[in-house]
Amino acid sequence: MKDHYQLVIIGAGPAGLAAATVAADHGVEVALLDEQPAPGGQIFRAIEAAPVERAEKLGPEYRRGEKLVSAFRNSSVGYFPDTRVWSLSARREIGVINQQQARMITADQVLIANGAFERPVPFPGWTLPGVMNAGAGQILFKGSGIVPSDGIVLAGSGPLLLLLAWQYLRAGVKVKAVLDTISRVNYIKALPKLPSALLVHHHITQGLRYQQTLKLAGVELHNGIRDLQAHGNESLESISYRHKGSKQTLKTDSLMIHFGVIPNIHLSQAAGCDHFWHKRQQCWRPELDKWGGSSIDGILIAGDGGGIGGARTAEHAGRIAAFRILHNLGILNQRESKIEAAQDRKWMKADLRIRPFLEKLFRIPDSMLRVPHDNAIVCRCEEVTAGKIRSAIAAGHSDSNQVKFFTRCGMGPCQGQQCSQAVAHIVADKTNTPLQQSAQFRIRPPLKPLTLGELASIYPEERE
Amino acid sequence: MKSDVIIIGGGLMGFSTALQLAMRGLRCTVLEKESPGRHASGINAGGLRQLNRNPAEIPLTVEAAKMWRSIEALVDSDCDVRFPGQLRVAESADDLDLLEQRAAMVRSLGYEHEEMIGREELYQLAPALAPHCLGALICREDGYARPFHALTAFRHKACSLGVEYRVNTVVDAVERERGMWRITTRKGEFQAPVLVNCAGAWAGHIAASLGEPVPLKPGAPMIMVTERLPHFVDPVIGAAGRKLSFKQMQNGTLLIGGAHMASLDFHKEQSEIKWPKLAVSARSVMALFPQLKDVRIVRTWAGIEAFTPDNLPVICKSSTAEDAYHAFGFSAHGFQLSPLIGRIVAELIVDGISSFPIEPFDITRFKSS
Ligand SMILES: Cc1cc2nc3c(=O)[nH]c(=O)nc-3n(C[C@H](O)[C@H](O)[C@H](O)COP(=O)(O)OP(=O)(O)OC[C@H]3O[C@@H](n4cnc5c(N)ncnc54)[C@H](O)[C@@H]3O)c2cc1C
Ligand SMILES: Cc1cc2nc3c(=O)[nH]c(=O)nc-3n(C[C@H](O)[C@H](O)[C@H](O)COP(=O)(O)OP(=O)(O)OC[C@H]3O[C@@H](n4cnc5c(N)ncnc54)[C@H](O)[C@@H]3O)c2cc1C
Repeated sequence: MKDHYQLVIIGAGPAGLAAATVAADHGVEVALLDEQPAPGGQIFRAIEAAPVERAEKLGPEYRRGEKLVSAFRNSSVGYFPDTRVWSLSARREIGVINQQQARMITADQVLIANGAFERPVPFPGWTLPGVMNAGAGQILFKGSGIVPSDGIVLAGSGPLLLLLAWQYLRAGVKVKAVLDTISRVNYIKALPKLPSALLVHHHITQGLRYQQTLKLAGVELHNGIRDLQAHGNESLESISYRHKGSKQTLKTDSLMIHFGVIPNIHLSQAAGCDHFWHKRQQCWRPELDKWGGSSIDGILIAGDGGGIGGARTAEHAGRIAAFRILHNLGILNQRESKIEAAQDRKWMKADLRIRPFLEKLFRIPDSMLRVPHDNAIVCRCEEVTAGKIRSAIAAGHSDSNQVKFFTRCGMGPCQGQQCSQAVAHIVADKTNTPLQQSAQFRIRPPLKPLTLGELASIYPEERE
Repeated sequence: MKSDVIIIGGGLMGFSTALQLAMRGLRCTVLEKESPGRHASGINAGGLRQLNRNPAEIPLTVEAAKMWRSIEALVDSDCDVRFPGQLRVAESADDLDLLEQRAAMVRSLGYEHEEMIGREELYQLAPALAPHCLGALICREDGYARPFHALTAFRHKACSLGVEYRVNTVVDAVERERGMWRITTRKGEFQAPVLVNCAGAWAGHIAASLGEPVPLKPGAPMIMVTERLPHFVDPVIGAAGRKLSFKQMQNGTLLIGGAHMASLDFHKEQSEIKWPKLAVSARSVMALFPQLKDVRIVRTWAGIEAFTPDNLPVICKSSTAEDAYHAFGFSAHGFQLSPLIGRIVAELIVDGISSFPIEPFDITRFKSS
């Protein structure tokens, strides 16, 4: 790894791979950093290793990634797997760690393509062993072909929930139930609004049709469930929920939850980029221009990290950002980059047409995001409950950061990534302020694990 | 609402002053531009250090230490204080000389809180320390507290005695009119006969508008915190030859400070960690505790603090304006002093004179230079 590159890209998912390939093909010296051992990002994880059979079980969309990765493999991109980025500054200084060697590198242009993560929605018992994020389940499946034991329950909302249930079914796992927080009314209202061509062909809406398959296989499917709770002493024993006004209980030792995905904004926050609350997607997003440029010169963002658009949009956005970067580096003039980006813009626009529909359909009930149960743990690292947060607010700690100082909520190793959203919702609710005005946790790097020894090894020439 | 005193700044100095004034029967309002303890007071390292202070501060720090010992009686909370002592270790013969001179100087002033200990006692107190150290200067009564909890306790106690405070209230201008201070904020106007400037790193603006500018410099000392570890060290550790302050907190995390500064955009109130300097801190830690090599750093941050050219605070009555008082410029060691600072300012306001020797902290000392 060199100390300086023309372009550093963080994240080797569809956005980062597409951008890196375009930039390298135009002669730019690119470093592509990713903490995974292989390219592909979240959706195309382990794509080069997955046997054909498993790739087939994962569906046709997975195949799309093969093309992307092979183009990238044929390019001159400097690729650094197993490399964590633990800090990013507005001056484009990037703290990285690779094979236990920490270092600082700089870049003329930085593209953040770090994707999304699953929206944490705390509820009582969600920290019990046996409760797992659906995404983690999918990672195990994609990476190592591991599937859960029979009798699993999936709960939450969002396309991934149904997709995963369907994938498990195809892999021969007995799924006990799929519990969806979306009410059937949502489907009935939303479906006719969608252009039918999109409905048939889009991979995500296929998820809706997976319902049919699941039903036929004898999986219990319930919509509009409320008040999800997990129970058990040492580990998960049962779950309960409300359905059509009455309380239901299911025995299970394995629950997969999923409440959609939200942008991973730790890096853009660390750099100091401006962000805003996106009402429809129920999350914070960086402010971006139509090229993916952030509020800081030389820092661009593409893919789900800039706002949830899915894998295809991520790929287009990656290329569009790359054409802007080529302009910023003086390789293309404005007109040329505009022309080059035109095709991707067109496709991206088409791909994004489905988003308003999905956002409406899979909207998480606000009541859940406010963590109504006082006994629900909000901060897993420091074990802070919703009740404790509410009493801190009642004692005059009226914004997220004061709550953090007082309760230690968000001070653990995950850097508040798991609880910052929930805390913001609770604060906004309790203090009667709109979410868009509420402050977020201030970022306290390192964003990824860094040891004292690793830090001590950088800048050896620096003295007291 | 009528107040006898308006205090600018909702940090520890502001709330400590408000508390002491309320205990003496005055009605106070604290105006805070953001939220209580948002700056230095809420995010500092929590060190209660008498060790190695400037001689001018010794009478104050010794009295403040007494107040921390019985802090619960003052603010109804123990602020999570611990008093495991603080060490300043010597790693060379030169260090040892330096520390011995220091101990002698403190003794000559009539104080006994700092003393030398030899190698043997050092390793009894801190067996985990690397074996090369030769001895240490120690203050056995030193310790630490949790700053945001302390700030909250001061605020609660002050409010229980009638103190009011306003958040998100930026003081833009102060004017004296017919025996009253008129204070313009973005949340309306406030009036009171007496004004106290506890505005931390921003106090220079207020002082300048009173016609007594000070060469105050904002700075942003950095701190890092590690993951939790099993208990392995009691005293707070510093070293004669290093910028380092190191302690294992109540919950097992290590808190590492050392007055290395972040880069700061004061206008935007944005600081950026200077990793080269934190790397130096990490090397210092590893020189003293090599076994900590694989310990994970969980957070780093910097807080904005007011520094004066001589690193001593400004604590006095205004030299230019009637009924105005200052307490700022604590230069990264004000947390320990904070309970006493409120008492001193209250003495100045109510009695007209302090019972502590505060001449070295007068604002006029910067005039000649
Ligand atoms: C858990 C989960 C499951 C999903 N499952 C599906 C699915 O089944 N079908 C579907 O259509 N969509 C799915 N999505 C959405 C889909 O993954 C995204 O739309 C798509 O991957 C976005 O591409 P991207 O390039 O923006 O980011 P990603 O593909 O997420 O790639 C981001 C990359 O950045 C790396 N990274 C992040 N931070 C750092 C850092 N600090 N240092 C180094 N590397 C870093 C990550 O390791 C990752 O490889 C899922 C999303 C998630 C979060
Ligand atoms: C990282 C760090 C570590 C430290 N470690 C230690 C330690 O271990 N031990 C120790 O003794 N000391 C330590 N200190 C120093 C100590 O924290 C400070 O000296 C002390 O907190 C100063 O208190 P204050 O009330 O004067 O300032 P602050 O806490 O900064 O309060 C001033 C307040 O005034 C407000 N304000 C400013 N201008 C206006 C305006 N115009 N209108 C309204 N409000 C305004 C600000 O928002 C601020 O909240 C440390 C400081 C830092 C930054």
